[in-house]
Amino acid sequence: MNRYLRYSIPLFIFAIIAAFLFKGLGLNPREIPSPLIGKPIPEFSLPTVENAETIVNKVDLNGKVYLLNVWATWCVSCRAEHETLVRLSRSGKVDIVGLNWKDERDKAQAWLRQLGDPYTINIFDKKGRTAIDLGVYGAPETFLVDSKGIIHYKHAGPMTMTLFNETLLPMIEDLKHKG
Amino acid sequence: MIPELGHFALILSLCLAVTQAVVPLVGSYTRTTSWMAASRTLAWGQFVFLSISLIILTNAFLANDFSVIYVAQHGNTKLPDMYKISAVWGAHEGSLLLWAFLLAAWSVAIASFSRNLPLEMVSRVLSVMGMISIGFLLFMLLTSNPFDRTFPVPFEGGELNPMLQDLGLAIHPPMLYMGYVGFSVAFAFAIAALLGGRLDASWARWSRPWTTVAWVFLTLGIVLGSWWAYYELGWGGWWFWDPVENASFLPWLVGTALIHSLAVTEKRGAFKSWTVLLAISAFSLSLLGTFLVRSGVLTSVHSFASDPARGVFILIFLLVVIGGSLLLYTWRAPYISGGGRFDLISRETFLLGNNLLLSVFAALVLLGTLAPLIYDALELGKISVGFPWFNKMFLLTTPFLALLMGIGSLSRWKHAEPSLLVKQLRVAFVISLLFGLLSLLPVFSGGNWLVGLGMGLAMWVATAHLVNLRDRLKHKHGFAGFWVDFKSGGRSYYGMLLAHLGVAVFIVGITMVSNFGYENDVRMSPGDVSEIAGHEFLFEGVNQIAGPNYNANRGRFQVTKDGEHIATLEPEKRTYFVQTRPMTEAAIDWGFTRDLYVSLGEPLGGGDWSLRLYYKPYVRWIWLGGVLMGLGGILAITDRRYRTARVRSAEAVNTAGVAPAVSGR
Repeated sequence: MNRYLRYSIPLFIFAIIAAFLFKGLGLNPREIPSPLIGKPIPEFSLPTVENAETIVNKVDLNGKVYLLNVWATWCVSCRAEHETLVRLSRSGKVDIVGLNWKDERDKAQAWLRQLGDPYTINIFDKKGRTAIDLGVYGAPETFLVDSKGIIHYKHAGPMTMTLFNETLLPMIEDLKHKG
Repeated sequence: MIPELGHFALILSLCLAVTQAVVPLVGSYTRTTSWMAASRTLAWGQFVFLSISLIILTNAFLANDFSVIYVAQHGNTKLPDMYKISAVWGAHEGSLLLWAFLLAAWSVAIASFSRNLPLEMVSRVLSVMGMISIGFLLFMLLTSNPFDRTFPVPFEGGELNPMLQDLGLAIHPPMLYMGYVGFSVAFAFAIAALLGGRLDASWARWSRPWTTVAWVFLTLGIVLGSWWAYYELGWGGWWFWDPVENASFLPWLVGTALIHSLAVTEKRGAFKSWTVLLAISAFSLSLLGTFLVRSGVLTSVHSFASDPARGVFILIFLLVVIGGSLLLYTWRAPYISGGGRFDLISRETFLLGNNLLLSVFAALVLLGTLAPLIYDALELGKISVGFPWFNKMFLLTTPFLALLMGIGSLSRWKHAEPSLLVKQLRVAFVISLLFGLLSLLPVFSGGNWLVGLGMGLAMWVATAHLVNLRDRLKHKHGFAGFWVDFKSGGRSYYGMLLAHLGVAVFIVGITMVSNFGYENDVRMSPGDVSEIAGHEFLFEGVNQIAGPNYNANRGRFQVTKDGEHIATLEPEKRTYFVQTRPMTEAAIDWGFTRDLYVSLGEPLGGGDWSLRLYYKPYVRWIWLGGVLMGLGGILAITDRRYRTARVRSAEAVNTAGVAPAVSGR
């Protein structure tokens, strides 16, 4: 019996993979994790991309409606959406807070120098811990957060002008009105 | 009416596939010659009907028959004819048809070029191919019929994704599929051997050339894809570790291990069960790639339209094919005899090392690719494994591979004398060490150890193989001596040499481009000059031009170096009429040692543009290396050994004490 055991290892490995694939079919990688909507953003205390000494906390972001954009220099789609973000921040319609994810500081800084910096604050999450708390699946992702730090919307994938104008802007106007 | 004929041809192919799966297999057990011989005819039948389907679908595109949903989605009257043809496999349904067609083409190739194989083997191999074909045809007919109609008929089609309107991408999928599907042959041989319990050197010799052909196609397909990504996506990158790219890279890694392991099995009779496992894995990973791309379980820039029903179907298919074959493996593998013994220092050991490294790397890539899914399924949150992780894993494994490559190809089978190896490789080692250290000097890289490592390893692979060549030609005289050796059975050796030199070239390419590449993202007004790596780019402004199915902004650059004119570059930003997504067409001045690369970003008003300028040293060497590997493979298959295999395999079969094979024709 032992001799079969040894040769059945590949079969077991495949069984495990297949189980995950089966589970994966029921999951949607682009789906918004609904539990986060209506909940506050997670607690964090992280330095900024510009300066390792400046520490930003969750409360520092409160007081304004903003977009929280998760990005990284290794992420190709982030590059694609960057021009849109720069355009948005120039329009003055909303503040954008960056969450630089699993990245290197000098690369991130060089990127901002070259492509323009749309962010009012840019948080440096090297370990990706806060991104995990936020349920980030892949960069880029953008959250709409109100002045009390409550998440109202999440978009996975690059930001587009259409998405902003048609979906986000009405929500932003609404939130600004309320709060 | 004509598309229905295509649909009907698919159904007939399915009937033939079922027959092909059952009749020859039964015949091989009952020793009914006519039943076994039917496998060849049935393979031809399937091929004919799938050709009819493919031609009908192509014709629907060329004739703009938008009553066919698939054509209405991806065809367009304004599409140039070449892209109407490539649109056939430009999306899910059609690409499946291409898969099935290529599978039939491979089956026919086996049916035709298998005169020297025992009929029993041929019938089992074709039967397994028939089973795979059943899966694909059912998948198509049940969930993804390319011939479905729509009413009312739209006036105009939705057009092929503009990104895919490109020569490189028109031929990339067929090449890649030839590779994926080709591994089904190695798989079928392995299964047939497990079924028959005949896993000997002749089995390895039969499946070796087929596996190499598949590997060559896959290699060239990946090279094409990488090259396409480089010039078409406009970011100057050549590999993104995207799930779909990984889906092609995984079978390649395991396939590479397989062709090396097959060599050991053929020459020394060792590693048999391991080789079989690799053959099963290479094809399983090809299938898994299909699942990942089409089921929507992972997000990717390449994703096909995903549909849960399709996902369920492919998963069941995977369970049957992979699960079934691994079950067979578990049942039969314990009875496979071990091969010849070998010493610790021997070619066998080094090839085993190569196999393990390739497999470990493949496992790591698989883990990275599936990690988001695993995390999500375990409810640990959603993660994405990016570039940095894969690059780290690449750096962890591949240097050892390059090291082993140098030693392995020089050492002898069974027992290699360590002192002789040291003597042979001493010079190569010193040269590569010096070369690596030299590249660390401030004038070159200023102590960047990655550069030192890359250059040293490339030199090591190159010099070790040159030593190898020198030893081989020691007793031969001049070019004539080489030519005689080349013609008289040395081709597989020279193929190996060429492919391994391709690896050295590839290492130089990635080392140079990752460490000495420059990029500049700038805003420029007409008349501005931007300098990058000693090249001055003069921006002359942007004009509007009209293409067949798009409008474009075309920029114009004059590039000079030290006052000398180098090139005129004209990057474009296209807006296609139907799918209005803007597309960048980078302009590249290519060179053997460097590319100059410009792509247009966004108009910033007043004639200003944001632009991306790149200096990419030795980037062509990456693809050149891949092409050399492919050519090496082609050279190896033309080796005389495979053409004279008839006599020797017959001997092997008889000496193995198996009942004499019945000659089919």
